[in-house]
Amino acid sequence: MEIEKVNKISRRKLLGGAATAAVMLVQTASGKAVQAGFTHAELDDPTKVPGVLPGTLGSRSPFEKPVKAPSSTSSRTPLQDLYGTITPSDLHFERHHGGVPAIDPAQYKLTIHGMVQKPMVFTLADLKRFPSVTRVGFLECSGNYRGADDGKIRPQEICGLTSQSEWTGVSLSTLFREVGVSSKASWFLAEGGDSAVMTRSIPIKKGWDDAIIAYAQNGEAVRPEQGYPARLFLPGWEGNTNIKWIRRIEVSDQPFMTREETSKYTEPVADGKIRQFSFTMDARSIITYPSYPAQVEKGYIEIRGIAWSGRGKIVTVEISTNAGKSWNTAVLQEPVMDKSITAFRFLWKWDGSPTEIMSRAVDETGYVQPFLKQLLAARGGNMGYHFNPVTAWAIERDGRVLFRAT
Amino acid sequence: MAGIVVSAFTIKVKNDRQTFLTQSDTLQPPERYGFGRVATEREIAMLDIDVRPDGKGLPPGQGNSVRGREIYIAKCSACHGATGVEGPNDRLVVGDTTLVKSRRVKTIGNYWPYATTVFDYVRRAMPFNAPGSLTDEEVYSLTAYLLHANGLIDAKKELNAKSLPQVVMPAKKYFVPDDRQDGPVIR
Repeated sequence: MEIEKVNKISRRKLLGGAATAAVMLVQTASGKAVQAGFTHAELDDPTKVPGVLPGTLGSRSPFEKPVKAPSSTSSRTPLQDLYGTITPSDLHFERHHGGVPAIDPAQYKLTIHGMVQKPMVFTLADLKRFPSVTRVGFLECSGNYRGADDGKIRPQEICGLTSQSEWTGVSLSTLFREVGVSSKASWFLAEGGDSAVMTRSIPIKKGWDDAIIAYAQNGEAVRPEQGYPARLFLPGWEGNTNIKWIRRIEVSDQPFMTREETSKYTEPVADGKIRQFSFTMDARSIITYPSYPAQVEKGYIEIRGIAWSGRGKIVTVEISTNAGKSWNTAVLQEPVMDKSITAFRFLWKWDGSPTEIMSRAVDETGYVQPFLKQLLAARGGNMGYHFNPVTAWAIERDGRVLFRAT
Repeated sequence: MAGIVVSAFTIKVKNDRQTFLTQSDTLQPPERYGFGRVATEREIAMLDIDVRPDGKGLPPGQGNSVRGREIYIAKCSACHGATGVEGPNDRLVVGDTTLVKSRRVKTIGNYWPYATTVFDYVRRAMPFNAPGSLTDEEVYSLTAYLLHANGLIDAKKELNAKSLPQVVMPAKKYFVPDDRQDGPVIR
């Protein structure tokens, strides 16, 4: 053992010289201290020194610094800094009601009881033994619209409570069969193991259709902020129903009328009514480039963005480059998946005159993303949850890009 | 209105996948896998803290607003204000809304459709810095205080598993189920 250790150290020392130099170079490349013994030219040319050796974990380039925008209750995904459709797990938006709990996976249990033949307890290891399913899907907080009168607002603030991951877990229907859910059951309560002991009532049909108890996200264990070690994932449904840190499911024949589904995630609509159990997220899109705070130049601009619908696939994204006077069809990037974020793009040549650009999503049910004024008219002038308006960007003569409400 | 899709191979890939699935030799799922274990009544009882509008789940015990007010001042007023209207966190009591600008004031008295929800939520999640620390009697008392402060029950009314579900909440009549549906109509 002792000899092996010595050998290891000396071997490390041997190779370590080069590795250390390379680490210094990474620091130098980002504009930090220049080490004695190297010339500027050497330090700035990565072909002149060996690179960093293989490691145990990869890391983001120090030149790239995308960050979420946190408040006391949520943290928003930097949509304007991302590419493609999968949100890096550490940039997935956060919304929780009592902070992120620390849960020991060895102690974790999911209990299913109520209107079942056999109430059961599943450990994390049990959940992983069942046949697994993997699917891509977006998650979106139902309170996900902001504007700004001065136009100085990024996609991150407008609708950054939207993210997408590949989720892996066990179908809830598999667990329903295992415990023998009663044919008379119509709802189930999902309860989290956080300090809010967050609860939502969910129609049993969704549990049978496509609900997942997810223990993995983008190829690794679900992140603590996303519900480690296991969470409910309900494709296309408002974020707060996707109970994180799920510890208990109670099968019932009526909803439980929890605080979240009565006093919180409900929306005043026309005639003084309050709409409840509005689960599905309506179709939406946003242009993420160009968007505030980008500044553009005359000539070719590839307009890029994302579109999604909780009702199914996106079939069309329409683009207007003349403030809504006429619309053209954008290119959708494959794969276009059910209840998932789809990337779109549209090649445009800007002539330098001020205009407004905007995108409008259409899903496979024929739903067309509305303008803000349409939504307000449909809901008696009330703002609130489930606001998914067309978002416009004004392109100023000097190339500045500013938000415009529609 | 079909979108332009960037792949000439969509249909081919789909067909290949279907072929693969039909040719798979994977076993058919059994009725049950036998993973997990039966939950005992005792462990379910320890977890099962929810309370339904019909009162199912309410524990023994009782409380009134006089006792509730004392508990409120000691454990709740720092976040919700001396009388439940001042904040800084959620306003719990309707009170005088004439000074409130813009946003609709959503409180227990004018927005919560079920009185049982107050008990359920306070017991599971409050106080914010010591969630789940209140006794059932304390929760009954706090619920009574909050309902009384909203003008919904008398100061001396005893709340228990029988009387709490009978409290009628004014906002209940406004609640309607989601009427949005697939298709082009904006609601």
